[in-house]
Amino acid sequence: MTHGSRHISVPALARVEGEGGLEIVISEGQVAEARLDIYEPPRFFEALLRGRQYTEPPDITARICGICPVAYQMSACQAIEDACQTSVTPQITALRRLLYCGEWIESHALHIYLLHAPDFLGYDSGIHLARDHPDIVSRGLRVKKAGNQLMAAVGGRSVHPVNVKVGGFYRAPTRQELRQLVPQLEQARQDSADTLTWVATFDFPEFDRDYEFVALRHPDEYPITQGRIAATSGLDITPAEYDQHFQEFQVEHSTALHSTLDGRTYLTGPMARYSLNHDTLPADIKEAAKAAGLTSTCLNPFRSIVVRAVELLFACDEALRLIRNYDRPETPAVDLTLPRGDAAGYGCTEAPRGLLYHRYSITADGTITDAKIVPPTSQNQRAIEADLRDFATPRLALDHERLTQQCEQAVRNHDPCISCAAHFLDIRLTDAGQRLKAVRT
Amino acid sequence: MAPDATAQQAPQAPVTPALAVWKFASCDGCQLTLLNCEDELLTIAGSVHIASFTEASSQVEPGPYDLSIVEGSITTAEDRERIQRVRAESRFLVTIGACATAGGIQALRNFQDDLTPIVYARPEYIQSLRTSTPIADHVRVDFELRGCPIDRRQLLEVIAAFLAGRRPNVRAHSVCIECKRAGHVCVMVAHGTPCLGPVTQAGCGALCPGVNRGCYGCFGPMESPDTASLSKIWQGLGAGGPALARTFRGFTAAAEPFRAAAEAEEAAQHDAR
Repeated sequence: MTHGSRHISVPALARVEGEGGLEIVISEGQVAEARLDIYEPPRFFEALLRGRQYTEPPDITARICGICPVAYQMSACQAIEDACQTSVTPQITALRRLLYCGEWIESHALHIYLLHAPDFLGYDSGIHLARDHPDIVSRGLRVKKAGNQLMAAVGGRSVHPVNVKVGGFYRAPTRQELRQLVPQLEQARQDSADTLTWVATFDFPEFDRDYEFVALRHPDEYPITQGRIAATSGLDITPAEYDQHFQEFQVEHSTALHSTLDGRTYLTGPMARYSLNHDTLPADIKEAAKAAGLTSTCLNPFRSIVVRAVELLFACDEALRLIRNYDRPETPAVDLTLPRGDAAGYGCTEAPRGLLYHRYSITADGTITDAKIVPPTSQNQRAIEADLRDFATPRLALDHERLTQQCEQAVRNHDPCISCAAHFLDIRLTDAGQRLKAVRT
Repeated sequence: MAPDATAQQAPQAPVTPALAVWKFASCDGCQLTLLNCEDELLTIAGSVHIASFTEASSQVEPGPYDLSIVEGSITTAEDRERIQRVRAESRFLVTIGACATAGGIQALRNFQDDLTPIVYARPEYIQSLRTSTPIADHVRVDFELRGCPIDRRQLLEVIAAFLAGRRPNVRAHSVCIECKRAGHVCVMVAHGTPCLGPVTQAGCGALCPGVNRGCYGCFGPMESPDTASLSKIWQGLGAGGPALARTFRGFTAAAEPFRAAAEAEEAAQHDAR
């Protein structure tokens, strides 16, 4: 099977959010091409936002992704508040971080237990896994539920929260409402610690990568809602400088744009966050990570499940801390003052799957004239394809089914959210005559 | 990919009903709602046979299916064909969410020029229809469950009802009734906050008024909504015309009563000029 041409083809990837496939072309014993095909139908969000009011993106962009709506709401709010040169109060920032912790918990628990762990243990799904290990899957569902309950308590509901607005919230929860969550979150914290111990026992293929990581960095906290954009290469910029360094372009096999950092492939997401921000993790979380076999960086994408479990534990801890210190905002939202003329605003937050960038142009009457949204999975496509190529190359002698399964797992390592990835795209035509030749502004 | 006719006549009928979950153009949030039934998920998995649910399982079995749950709208020629195959293989077909039942937020493109060239550098790579349409525009649908996203309890009711062979107990009345039941103060009467509750179908549990916010209609129009009366109230609050038109042009913009109401607001505004 090592000579001639053959294909590894998974037309519809399972256990990922959204619709995509993978295709590896092997010719003369070499990987000639490795592609992550994304055929999720585009929904043209950036175009739909034009002409809408500046108050609308938190609700509209939430609908890009049912798994990480809070990420969209938070990046949108930050960008619009930036355009209006308005800062929210520390109390509102803390409440946003608490809501976001709920989303990290829900999303990471979903990926670890229902999407990713079955790969390591040889099951088709979390539901199949539950037949043999009901206690383990029940533990995962318990953690996931705690995340959802936290989102519902702060955001009104877990999928597409209704309580978020530019400037803050419609209503700030009472201390009592949040304190009711404590027993469940304490259980989730214990369950997350057990999750970390559990995933650390999995078998991981040797596959260290030379990634360029990109994540937010903040001097005082592990980044979720705010920070500067940092990279392994030393990049250290504000969200407003994003477009000067990150370029997007269209490829034929994907309805999601590919992205590069100054021409280079890069990776965002839990491994990048962890590796660039290990120093800001609390000491006990660092200890737990070390006990699970991690150093201060993680270069093996198969171990991303361990990093996700570390972040799960951190998010439970952080949610408990934020509830303990909760100081109910006197007013749930600050008023925004519209700019005097046209203005642009930029927002970057850490979605469960990585950096999520929003940019809006608004006029003095609050109308959106332009929107740009770059989700993490879109950014990670090139790194995922590079993983596939380099992972498959030394393993071509494996039997076809086994190799196909492992390649699927190599994609799932990055928890791709294809629904997110395909829903943007805002390229302007610059060639008046034909419909090609476009650049992104 | 028509179903294998011989498979349907297999001698031993399946003991448990076969469930399939399908995705079209959508955000995944409604099928996530099924996975968010944390307390019930393993019970459901024990009482049905999950034959196809790509988001959750690598195991994908061919039809026929006893119950197909469909998320998302039709936006490509390929999906227009695929939904026909899903229908042919399904005894019951239930659509879930605003995309599947009304075309979703992406149906805003139905009211605009072709967006592909604005959005993609190489439009020839993109095969997308001009419109986003609900599943019921293409195939017979046995039940439509509303919401952006759907409500978890309503989803459980629908699944239980179809497994038991009865109609789901899902009411078509307005959010106002739910809001009163929840004991919320009317945000429109008490605070002067514009609210779509009087014309929007219940099911969410009146979440927005619960956080002092007006309903923005994500469950779509109720049965026979009086949008003209609502328009007068919004005008009185200084929120008629473009603001109301924009609110109708939201997550269920292509649902007929909201589509017509948005147009009426725009026409009135045009006449006033």
